[in-house]
Amino acid sequence: EKSKNTFFDKLSKAVAGKSKVDDDVLDNLEEVLVSSDVGVNTTLKIIDRIEKRVAEDKYLGTEELNKILREEIAGLLSETNTGNATQFEVPSKNKPHVIMVVGVNGVGKTTTIGKLAFQFKKAGKKVVLGAADTFRAAAIDQLQVWADRTDVPIVKQSMGSDPASVAFDTLQSAVNQDADVVIIDTAGRLHNKVNLMNELTKVKRVMQKVVGDAPHDVLLVLDGSTGQNAFEQAKQFTAATEVTSLAVTKLDGTAKGGVVIGISDQFQIPVKYIGVGEGIEDLQVFNKFEFVDSFFK
Amino acid sequence: MFNNLSDKLDKALHVLKGHGSITEVNVAETLKEVRRALLDADVNFKTAKEFTNRVKDKALGQDVLTTLQPGQLMVKIVKDELTELMGGDTVGISLKSSPSVILMSGLQGSGKTTFSGKLANYLKTKKTKKPLLVACDVYRPAAINQLHVVGEQIKVDVYSEEGNMDPVAIATNAIAHAKQNGHNVVIVDTAGRLAVDEEMMTEIANIHNAITPDETLFVVDSMTGQDAVNTAKAFNDKLNFDGVVLTKLDGDTRGGAAISIKSVVNKPIKFIGTGEKMDAIDVFHPARMADRILGMGDVVSLVERA
Ligand SMILES: Nc1nc2c(ncn2[C@@H]2O[C@H](COP(=O)(O)OP(=O)(O)OP(=O)(O)O)[C@@H](O)[C@H]2O)c(=O)[nH]1
Ligand SMILES: Nc1nc2c(ncn2[C@@H]2O[C@H](COP(=O)(O)OP(=O)(O)OP(=O)(O)O)[C@@H](O)[C@H]2O)c(=O)[nH]1
Ligand SMILES: [Mg+2]
Ligand SMILES: [Mg+2]
Repeated sequence: EKSKNTFFDKLSKAVAGKSKVDDDVLDNLEEVLVSSDVGVNTTLKIIDRIEKRVAEDKYLGTEELNKILREEIAGLLSETNTGNATQFEVPSKNKPHVIMVVGVNGVGKTTTIGKLAFQFKKAGKKVVLGAADTFRAAAIDQLQVWADRTDVPIVKQSMGSDPASVAFDTLQSAVNQDADVVIIDTAGRLHNKVNLMNELTKVKRVMQKVVGDAPHDVLLVLDGSTGQNAFEQAKQFTAATEVTSLAVTKLDGTAKGGVVIGISDQFQIPVKYIGVGEGIEDLQVFNKFEFVDSFFK
Repeated sequence: MFNNLSDKLDKALHVLKGHGSITEVNVAETLKEVRRALLDADVNFKTAKEFTNRVKDKALGQDVLTTLQPGQLMVKIVKDELTELMGGDTVGISLKSSPSVILMSGLQGSGKTTFSGKLANYLKTKKTKKPLLVACDVYRPAAINQLHVVGEQIKVDVYSEEGNMDPVAIATNAIAHAKQNGHNVVIVDTAGRLAVDEEMMTEIANIHNAITPDETLFVVDSMTGQDAVNTAKAFNDKLNFDGVVLTKLDGDTRGGAAISIKSVVNKPIKFIGTGEKMDAIDVFHPARMADRILGMGDVVSLVERA
């Protein structure tokens, strides 16, 4: 990429032979990172790390600098993000492996579930979907369309019914069918609504009546265009449901989703998937180096 | 996470105290904190920079030995500047034609369909209109169904065409239908689309050209970060929209995207969404939004303590 080289070039010119990165470059880096929604705190942390590395290593060529920059930024992403996974996998020790999908309104939960169902099914797994968003207009119909597209069974009740009861039914049905993976859709809710957050805790608890250690994975979906509020989302959803992984959606647009770096760092939650479109195949396993590179494109 | 602006200014304002007037040197620290607070509130990087530069110009040389404390003066300058930027008085929507046509636009999941319902309900109950909702999202699974459910909730008619994949035709037919059935407002819901999706952007431009709406509204999620400027600019370039709707303000986001959008497209924010229910709609109040972005309630109490 041309523009990418420009930034890295600038950086290396300014640093080569010096033991200190000059202010111009740091300003530039700050702009790139803040404009990618990385946030001021995390940006300062990254700049600090880079300054330290440069002070240690003294002379640095372009190659090395590229490497340092990528490493230091990616280094903030939770340790569990090895960045090597390329396959959609579920641990086979849980049968069924239960995934509960949570997040604020409109981030892409239901769509991500459809895409995941497609991938797991392609990998030869037996998948069951649970329509526990019983609140949003036509949410059940929406998940039904994805169930039809992917040709996997769905468990649902009528609009307005108790989401915990739907989740319970879904797990029972999955156990009876000897399914490998269960994915539970939940209604979008803002993290500052205490009652709605308590409802999620209840859904989780009720599932455990059927499968003792369910859910095995609580996937928090974050909209890639969300700014610093995503921190509060991660905090509150983690408090209510012990989030175990993140998905970042809508990265096919111009937003960079940089806020997940700080989130992954602070809460030690790995990013697992990224959404890159509305189609059934538009879900990728997260690769932290590609992700970081996208800021400089 | 959101350190209040007051906490940050606390330290900075200390520096200002005891000086006769605001100078480049003593204002620098304060401005740095203001800029940081704006960035934490998701105001765009460039917008925040321009904003603090303007505040600096206003502040420099001001006499602080008069009635106001230097801190109060800075807070006032920041707040006035922000309120002015957010737009003066509340701007309504144009309902002159019969039927008045309103086109919704925006990114995926921003809240267009929900807001279409809220607006229809608002116009029906508060302005005694007879609205028609039109389902032009032919892509999203169950989008048409969603609008029908919303329509049932608020008892407003919904126009849709099963199997027709051409939203331009649906919108055009809907207006004819509205005329025949005495609807005086037509609200056209469209699919979410990314600003970089040329095909979809052309589609909405075609809808726009075909129905020449009285109001084109750009619906944006108030939790949006730095990208808000790119999106708003791209939609405005294509549609020259009339106003902005800021949704999901019932959350705890500061909503700095509002400033970025305002400063890049200079269109009024007309409505806000404050919940999932059909009555969770309000007209936009610039001063309240300025308070929210800066956490001004806290700033005022800080100044009182000082
Ligand atoms: N461009 C793009 N659009 C996406 C992506 N993921 C989801 N969407 C779109 O975003 C919108 C919202 O997606 P949903 O899956 O309904 O989101 P949700 O979180 O289930 O929403 P609620 O249930 O209402 O809270 C839809 O129009 C999706 O097609 C993505 O990765 N890229
Ligand atoms: N809390 C809250 N939720 C809202 C508000 N407005 C919309 N929502 C929710 O946000 C989600 C997305 O809303 P939709 O109206 O489906 O958004 P859309 O823009 O039509 O989405 P697409 O058609 O997929 O692009 C739903 O869960 C809505 O209930 C609001 O003001 N507050
Ligand atoms: Mg959903
Ligand atoms: Mg919609």
